[in-house]
Amino acid sequence: MHLADPLGARLVDLGRALRTHGVNVGTSEVADAAAATSALGLEDRERLRSGLAATMMRRSADRTVFDQLFDIYFPPAVGGRTGEAEEPAPTDTAGARERAVAIREELIDALARGDDRELERLAARAVLELGRLPDADNSSGFFAKQTIERLAPQTAIAAAQERSRESRNPSVGGEDAAGGSGQRREVLSDRYDREEIRGRVGAFRRKIEAEAARRNAELRGRDRISQFNVEGPLERVDIMLTSGTDAGDLQAVIAPLSRKLASKLAARQRRHTRGAIDIRRTLRAAMSTGGVPVRPAHKRRTRTRAELVLLCDMSGSVAGFSRFTMLLLQSLAGVFRRVRFIGFINVCDDITDLVRDSQVGEEIAERVTQEANMARHHSASDYGSAFADAADRYIDLIGPRSTVLVIGDARSNGTNPQFDALRTLVQQAGHAAWLNPEPLSQWRMGDSVAEQYGEIIDMHEVRNIDQLREFISRLPLR
Amino acid sequence: MTHTPRFSSVDDVRERLAANGYLASDAIATTVYLADQLGKPLLIEGPAGVGKTALSQAVAAATSSELIRLQCYEGVDEARALYEWNHAKQLLRITAAGAHHNSTGEDEADWQQVKDDIFAEEFLLSRPLLTAIRNEHSTVLLIDELDKADVEIEGLLLEVLSDFQVTVPELGTITASQTPFVVLTSNATRELSEALRRRCLYLHIDYPETSLERQIVTLAVPDLEDGLADSIVRLIAALRQMRLRKAPSVAETIDWARTLLALGAEGELDPAFVRSTLGVILKHRDDITIAETRLELGRALS
Repeated sequence: MHLADPLGARLVDLGRALRTHGVNVGTSEVADAAAATSALGLEDRERLRSGLAATMMRRSADRTVFDQLFDIYFPPAVGGRTGEAEEPAPTDTAGARERAVAIREELIDALARGDDRELERLAARAVLELGRLPDADNSSGFFAKQTIERLAPQTAIAAAQERSRESRNPSVGGEDAAGGSGQRREVLSDRYDREEIRGRVGAFRRKIEAEAARRNAELRGRDRISQFNVEGPLERVDIMLTSGTDAGDLQAVIAPLSRKLASKLAARQRRHTRGAIDIRRTLRAAMSTGGVPVRPAHKRRTRTRAELVLLCDMSGSVAGFSRFTMLLLQSLAGVFRRVRFIGFINVCDDITDLVRDSQVGEEIAERVTQEANMARHHSASDYGSAFADAADRYIDLIGPRSTVLVIGDARSNGTNPQFDALRTLVQQAGHAAWLNPEPLSQWRMGDSVAEQYGEIIDMHEVRNIDQLREFISRLPLR
Repeated sequence: MTHTPRFSSVDDVRERLAANGYLASDAIATTVYLADQLGKPLLIEGPAGVGKTALSQAVAAATSSELIRLQCYEGVDEARALYEWNHAKQLLRITAAGAHHNSTGEDEADWQQVKDDIFAEEFLLSRPLLTAIRNEHSTVLLIDELDKADVEIEGLLLEVLSDFQVTVPELGTITASQTPFVVLTSNATRELSEALRRRCLYLHIDYPETSLERQIVTLAVPDLEDGLADSIVRLIAALRQMRLRKAPSVAETIDWARTLLALGAEGELDPAFVRSTLGVILKHRDDITIAETRLELGRALS
């Protein structure tokens, strides 16, 4: 591959853009991608997309970033699409309403039929007709947000639902025995078709965003758009900012992590008991090799479950984070049997049962703050007194086999940090770590005692799910 | 080692896999074609039951290759994955040699012979990786559930998969005469090392789109009537949207289709009917409860 060819240069650019978004793409990946393009050719864009994804991506979490960047670097078309009007797109606000109504009417039909190609065309048309700022000349960009606001695709859901039911199961008037005149009989799919259409609207929004990014990339340069207009995956969003995210989406990325944590801790338990020779079984195994103990048999481990004790800051100061913590706890409760959750604000309370009894996906942060007794005298967090309380009352939960995880920002409102209490907890445990949702650079600022606590316990910056994944994969196997 | 591509185009992959009962999406067909063209291992991830293992079986059948499978588990080691010497048989050979030689002392030459003898082919137990490399015919090597194995095995795989050769000290280096088509699957219970990921093409298989799943179901259960197949696939897609603990996989869709067919369902599904067979597709009590409430299965159709 020589860099003089435009395709190669384009691939290199794509690789660089992926790298700025945290996807590890090296030279060998770009070379593979080039080999893939020459094997596949450029005729089929979706195949090219799969081919490049196979060579450049390493995990499924990278998919959202990859797709957005692919759309920018390998756009489906340049400029207006065939069949689009040649004259410059209208930008007036007055006419926008009418145009939106016209597009929405077609949108309802496309949604009802689930016609992907038609939705694609409508997204392009919507961006062109609704996406420009009113006063701007042709050099200004297209705005996905404005397009979506003007078109309001979610308002098409109800009508599309009606039309889709109608087409699947037309009303049969008076002949129908079960229904009244003009009344349709209910079918089971009526109970979930709204969700189906809602999903299609979500996909339609993404099409609009991709189309706007494509048009903007032509106007303002691919590199610029790829840098600022690409949304990272949920895994790399700051946890503190996830309070608006759908709990289900968060749950979906957390669940595999708790499984990984469980398998990691289980593996460590096994290491622990490996090594001792079982004489009787070794001799028995040696019978097949004429009495020579070629393959020593090791003692079987006594089945001890990994124990996990979590100490979680439940104060409101880290609201976005405590919701995340709760979801993490719920998901851990599903995979660990011997797990203890201890919540605190300034005193500790065992909240294991509260978490256990909750439904997956249920928002329990509020209930926990109400029902558990985690604050005494005042409602400000105080790590020192909480640790002292834990060392006093819950020390028995922690044994040489347990892993203790502290979750919190180590902001103690200037109270006595009681390092000795934390030291006691750490010494009692087999392994202890602290997950801090604050950026490393702020650890020594204000009332944070993260640095000092960090000398006692292994403290990790866990600001997003990606960092949590990394923390889990780096947990030592001892 | 020569590498002759097995497939001629993406459509060729698609047709030949379909002829062997595997309906591949465009993404899957493209990636398989690339893995074959570039001669690189293919790492497949995705939820359980979407056909990760079935894909390699179909590739083997489509290219009339031999499928060699290394099922990974905790503690799988070099002796299980690569090769080991058959100690018992070696001991037997030594003992047999001892029985033949005369006790007056000409056993020196005899021993030389025995020594060469016991490290010959005959005493080598070839495990999947070595078998795949030595196989002279076209081979598909499936390394299944790699995430279950310990980290050390990845180091071994890196060595074997990069140049497809193995060194057995007593026999010398064995090089593959053909490039095996290597498929690694993982359910992501453990993070695979970056080094291994780099050497592979990556493919994430997700639940198939509704239209493809419908074809798969019809292929697996040919007697299924069209209306029922549609309802089944749509309902399954709706269940997958519900964020259950374990969403129904393709295998479960097929099972359910068979169940419903056996029970004589037709056309539109009936809530009571669905409710009584929900155990076929959902395996957790919680999931069943969620599905029952969301679909109001307790209430008959109005």
